[in-house]
Amino acid sequence: MLDQTEGYITEDGRKIGGVVMEMKNITLRFGGVVAIKDISFDIREGEIRAIIGPNGAGKSSMLNVISGFYVPQEGEVWFRGAPRPQMKPYQVAQQGIARTFQNIALFEGMSVLDNVMTGRLTQMDASLWKQALWKWGGAEKEEVANREIAEKIIDFLEIQNIRKTPVARLPYGLKKRVELARALAAEPKLLLLDEPMAGMNVEEKEDMSRFILDVNDEFGTTIALIEHDMGVVMDLSDRVVVMDYGKKIGDGTPDEVRSNQDVIDAYLGVSHD
Amino acid sequence: MPDQLLFAMEVTLNGLMAGVLYALVALGFVLIFKASGIFNYAQGVMALFAAMTLVGIMKGQVPFSHLINAIFGTDIHYFGWHVPSLIAILLTCVVMVGLAWCVQYFIMRHLVNQEPIILFMATIGLAYFLEGFSDLMWGSEIKKLDVGLPQGINETIDRVTFDWFGYGFFIDNLDIVATVIAALLVVALVVFSQYTREGRAMRAVADDHQAALSVGVSLNFIWVMVWSVAGFVALVAGIMWGTKSGVQFSLSLIALKALPVLMLGGFTSIPGAIVGGLIIGVGEKLFEFALGPALGGATENWFAYVLALVFLVFRPQGLFGEKIIERV
Repeated sequence: MLDQTEGYITEDGRKIGGVVMEMKNITLRFGGVVAIKDISFDIREGEIRAIIGPNGAGKSSMLNVISGFYVPQEGEVWFRGAPRPQMKPYQVAQQGIARTFQNIALFEGMSVLDNVMTGRLTQMDASLWKQALWKWGGAEKEEVANREIAEKIIDFLEIQNIRKTPVARLPYGLKKRVELARALAAEPKLLLLDEPMAGMNVEEKEDMSRFILDVNDEFGTTIALIEHDMGVVMDLSDRVVVMDYGKKIGDGTPDEVRSNQDVIDAYLGVSHD
Repeated sequence: MPDQLLFAMEVTLNGLMAGVLYALVALGFVLIFKASGIFNYAQGVMALFAAMTLVGIMKGQVPFSHLINAIFGTDIHYFGWHVPSLIAILLTCVVMVGLAWCVQYFIMRHLVNQEPIILFMATIGLAYFLEGFSDLMWGSEIKKLDVGLPQGINETIDRVTFDWFGYGFFIDNLDIVATVIAALLVVALVVFSQYTREGRAMRAVADDHQAALSVGVSLNFIWVMVWSVAGFVALVAGIMWGTKSGVQFSLSLIALKALPVLMLGGFTSIPGAIVGGLIIGVGEKLFEFALGPALGGATENWFAYVLALVFLVFRPQGLFGEKIIERV
C-alpha cells in the first residue's frame, strides 16, 4: 500500500504526497545516556504522523531534534529534499517548521491575538524604515494582511471570544488551543505537536482531536505529533512510529502497529532481558 | 497669590523637569531589564561613554591618543577638524550599536540562562571596564559639551509669569528641551514596541525565550537591538546631563539616581520610569523647599532613597510593575 516515491491514498481517501522530512540514522546522547539510538523514518506531505511510546522512550527528544532544540551526535535531518545543516531553533522556525510544547510556552503577558500575531513574525519582512513610514512604506498593508490571516485562524479554532484576553488568565485547555493557533499562524510546512492532549479531560481531548483533523483537512498541513495515549493516536494518525528506550520498534499504519508484537510487549510491559 | 505658593509652584515645575532627566536614565535600565532580565549597572557609565565619544568626535580628538603616543613616541592629539553636532550624534549612535554588539557577543551570549546575580555582576564588571576604556579612549579630563541646545533662563516664561503673578518663574531652556525630547523618545519607544515587527519580537523575547525561538525570533539579534536602544537612550541622557554639568566621571553616578526611580515605577514599566522620575524629581525639590531648612539642608541626597524604601515596604513591585505572585 505504501509507495515510496509517489505517496499513497489513506483509508479515508486523502492523497498523501512525497517525503517532506526524513530522519536518517539519528543518534542523540546526553553524556552517557543514549536518548535516541539510530532511528530513521520519514514524514510525508499532508499526512498526520504520530510518534508514540511509553514515558522516557525519547519521543520529545526526537521532536526537539526536528525543531532544532537538540543537535544529534549522529545522523542527518533531510528537509524538503536536502540535508539540513546544523541550525538554531529560530532558523528552523524560519524554514517553516512550527511547534507547540508539552508544557505550553506562550507569551503569558500578551493577549491571545498578540500571541497569534507573533506566529506571523516569520512571514513579515517590511524593514524598520518601511514600518516607520507605515502607510507610505507599505507596512500598514502588510500588517492588515497578516492580521486577517491571524483572525482567520482564531475563528477556525473557535477562540474569537477570548481574542483580547491576556493568556495568563486562560484555563489550560484553551492555552493549548492558543498555542496551536500561534503555530498555525506561521503557515508551517510541517507542524510539530508535543503531546497536544496531555493533561486534558475527555471533552477537551475530543475537541483537540477534531481541531487537529480539521487543520490537516482544511489547510493540508503536514502534522507530526507525539502522544502516549495510544487510543487517541490510533484514531488520528495515518502512520505511526513507535519508540521504546530510544529505539524504533515499529513503523506503519495504526493497524500494522497494533498487531506488532514488539509494540504490544512495550505497552504491556514485558521484562527486558 | 501668596509668595510661598508661587515659590512652591516654581519649585514643582523645576522638579518636574529634573524628574524628566532622572526618567531618561531609568528608561535605559527598564529596556534591558524587560527584554533580558538583566539589571544593567553599566547604564550610567554607558551615558558617560556616549557623552565622551560625542565630545571626542565633535572636537576631532584622536581616540586612544595617549596610548598611541606612549607606544610610538608621537605627539598627536587632534585630527584638526571639527564635526558638526548632528553628524557627531549619528556617529556616536553607530559607536553605541557597536558597543551593544560587543557586549552581547563577548559577554552576555556566554551567560544565557545564568542566575540574575551573575548577570548583574557581569554588568558591574562591564561598568568598570567601560569607565577605564572611555578614559583610555578620550582622556579623563572634564570636557565641555555643547551641541547647540539652548541654555539659560527662558525669557518668555519669566515675562508671562511676571505679568500674571508679579513674580517671574525661573525655568531653564535646557530643561524644556529635555522634557520635549524625553516625551518624543517615550512615544517613539512605545510605538516601536507595540506596532513594529521588531517590537513584537522584543516583547516576545521579554516574555518567554523558548517560545520566542519557536516562532523564529533570534535571541541574539533582539538582545543586540535592545542594548543598542539602551545605548541610544544613554546617549540622550548623556547629552542632557553633559550639557548641564560637563562631561566627567560623576556623570556615571546618575545611574544611582535612577535606582529609586526604578523602585518607585517598577523595573518593567516604561510609563513607570517616567512617572517615577517625575515623582522623585518633584518630591525631592518640594521636600527640600518645605523641610530642608528645618532639617539642615541637603535633603536631596537621601530623600529619593527613603521614598523608595517606603515603596519597597508597601508595594515591592512599584507603581506600574508586574504584580509579584508566587503560587504556593
